[in-house]
Amino acid sequence: MSTESFTEHPFVDHWGALRDALPGQDLPWLSRLRESALERFAECGLPTPRQESWKYTSLRPIEKIGFGVDGAPRACISIDRAPSLLPTASDHHRLVFVDGHYRADLSTPGELPDGAELTTLREMLTRDPDWVEAQLGSAALERGQPLLALNTAMMMNGFVLRLAKGTVLHEPVEVVHLGGAGDRPLAYHPRNLAILEEGSQATLIEHHTHLGMTERGEQPYYTNSGTEVVLAKGAVLHHYKLQAEAPNAFHTATVHADVAADALYDAFGMSTGAQLSRNEIAVRLAGAGANCHLNGAYLLRGDQHCDNTTRIDHLVPDTACSEIFKGVIDDQARAVFQGKITVHRDAQHTNGHQLSKVLLLSDKAEIDAKPELEIYADDVVCSHGATAGDLDHDALFYLRARGIPETAARAMLIEAFLAESVHNIAAQGLCPALMSSIGHWLADRRGDF
Amino acid sequence: MLEIKNLHATVDGKEILKGIDLKIEAGEIHAIMGPNGSGKSTLSYALTGREGYVITEGEVLFKGRNLMDMDPEERAGEGVFLAFQYPVEIPGVPNTTFLKEALNSVRRYRGEGELDAMQFVKLVREKTKLLHMNDDMLKRAVNVGFSGGEKKRNEALQMALLEPSLAILDETDSGLDIDALKTVADAVNLLRKPDNALLIITHYQRLLDYIVPDHVHVLAQGRIQRSGGKELALELEKNGYAAFTAGAAA
Repeated sequence: MSTESFTEHPFVDHWGALRDALPGQDLPWLSRLRESALERFAECGLPTPRQESWKYTSLRPIEKIGFGVDGAPRACISIDRAPSLLPTASDHHRLVFVDGHYRADLSTPGELPDGAELTTLREMLTRDPDWVEAQLGSAALERGQPLLALNTAMMMNGFVLRLAKGTVLHEPVEVVHLGGAGDRPLAYHPRNLAILEEGSQATLIEHHTHLGMTERGEQPYYTNSGTEVVLAKGAVLHHYKLQAEAPNAFHTATVHADVAADALYDAFGMSTGAQLSRNEIAVRLAGAGANCHLNGAYLLRGDQHCDNTTRIDHLVPDTACSEIFKGVIDDQARAVFQGKITVHRDAQHTNGHQLSKVLLLSDKAEIDAKPELEIYADDVVCSHGATAGDLDHDALFYLRARGIPETAARAMLIEAFLAESVHNIAAQGLCPALMSSIGHWLADRRGDF
Repeated sequence: MLEIKNLHATVDGKEILKGIDLKIEAGEIHAIMGPNGSGKSTLSYALTGREGYVITEGEVLFKGRNLMDMDPEERAGEGVFLAFQYPVEIPGVPNTTFLKEALNSVRRYRGEGELDAMQFVKLVREKTKLLHMNDDMLKRAVNVGFSGGEKKRNEALQMALLEPSLAILDETDSGLDIDALKTVADAVNLLRKPDNALLIITHYQRLLDYIVPDHVHVLAQGRIQRSGGKELALELEKNGYAAFTAGAAA
């Protein structure tokens, strides 16, 4: 299997085998889009730490494994049901993907109100290719984004959420990605669109997890997703994500969001899985009253590496952003936080706040935090901060002096540290699942802090 | 119940306690009074096992067992309780969760069964009623946003739940106005039993108007300088600590 081994052009070599399986073959504009994206990716390859924004994260292990691609879903994978982060009784809309392929048999899109569409990219390319042509790449700028270019070239499927003017989706949308079904290392590149027209509202939950077929030794897999979010005037999108990929998996996700006047992009992402992950989010606040919350949490141990890189551009006056990332890092795990807020020259009255807080549970745990404020306007309120430290010794002693054993006391304090972020999310129905994934992480560690 | 023999302790390499001897029997109330910097708080932390308080000499027996070999949580399980001078604020941990975890940890240690949620709520209601406390304090995060008086009452509530044999009150009067002081003192008196003991650590005499000690000790320069009955406290209030700190500047 020479094509599977380390090559000078990872992924590019698979193009020939894959292209016939990609959707939208009959659309010349899409073929051109894919080919030019592939060219751009072939030129620069995977990002390397020589690039400023990749200084702390190396994708070398991805190159080494040499992930293949599957043009069609593996028929033999039988799954009764996919896990949900919401209460079982909840009447929400669900799409399920296995190794990047849509599984209609596991999905329950449910009844949608007039003006709402929830479907897959593949389906949308058949149903309304002109609309897809207008949307693809409208928010995502591929310049200097080789992973997004790779995604554009190889995108097989993904979700599409489209809301017409004034449409309010009361029940959340849950998109579940299950990985690790392959019998060899596989990569897949989901491409997602969330296009909300004026005054529309939705809650979107992404869950990236794995089949957990440990008995036959799960193959590593690589998810490289690209998501474009466009919020028209007054639209509101709550976007939550739990990245709980298999421990040997790789996960890179790029989100580009355009936020118009009085619209709100409210994002919270929690990462517990994957050996190497990167969440890259770029938000453009392009109308007065545009607002975004980019919050995140992560729990890392072993040799895990998790990178959160955000970029927020305040382009016009009277926009606001707030950003809080909290992490718990154990063993020799490593986290990266790069947060850049740019206040452009005209963007007076910007309100921007950013904070990175980290608990380091071992001497070898590491955080590279790089907060950056670039301000070209003179009438703004902006702040940023980064802290890293051990658990509060006074609090720890207080709990132990009340009889609570040290490991339990530590677990309580770690949980409390993250609970604040979790309980602040608007989708309260999601809190129990997020808290229980924190609980499981802590339980795995108990007795051995 | 508690026997401290020639206890020496250092903090950051500096010797603070220079040979403390003290014996407390069940049912007794002892007060340790002393000027600032005499080692009062160091004694309370040394007895409860705080990190950084290093015992260099001497021993402490609690009910015949060597207390200094135990972790802080084991000491709590054995029945030692410290009411903190500055109760710690713990954002994100609801007070109820904390109280339940503490009570069940101590019950596990003592070989008693854990209480389920219902049993716990019933017990905690009983105790808050006894101490005239507002249930609202249970829902908030541990000590976060509590007034000085609320923090000390929360300490009393923990004491009521954990039922220690020896409670050490570290400067419980600090930061309290006279009404709050009286409320907390009433709570402590309510929790008294013939088989438990109290060690009150205080700078001022005023708390001792409400919780009357059997024995008063003067701690200065790392040693017990003098011991006596409750009248010693009044004498100190009148004359100050000057007689015991003479030479400290040398």
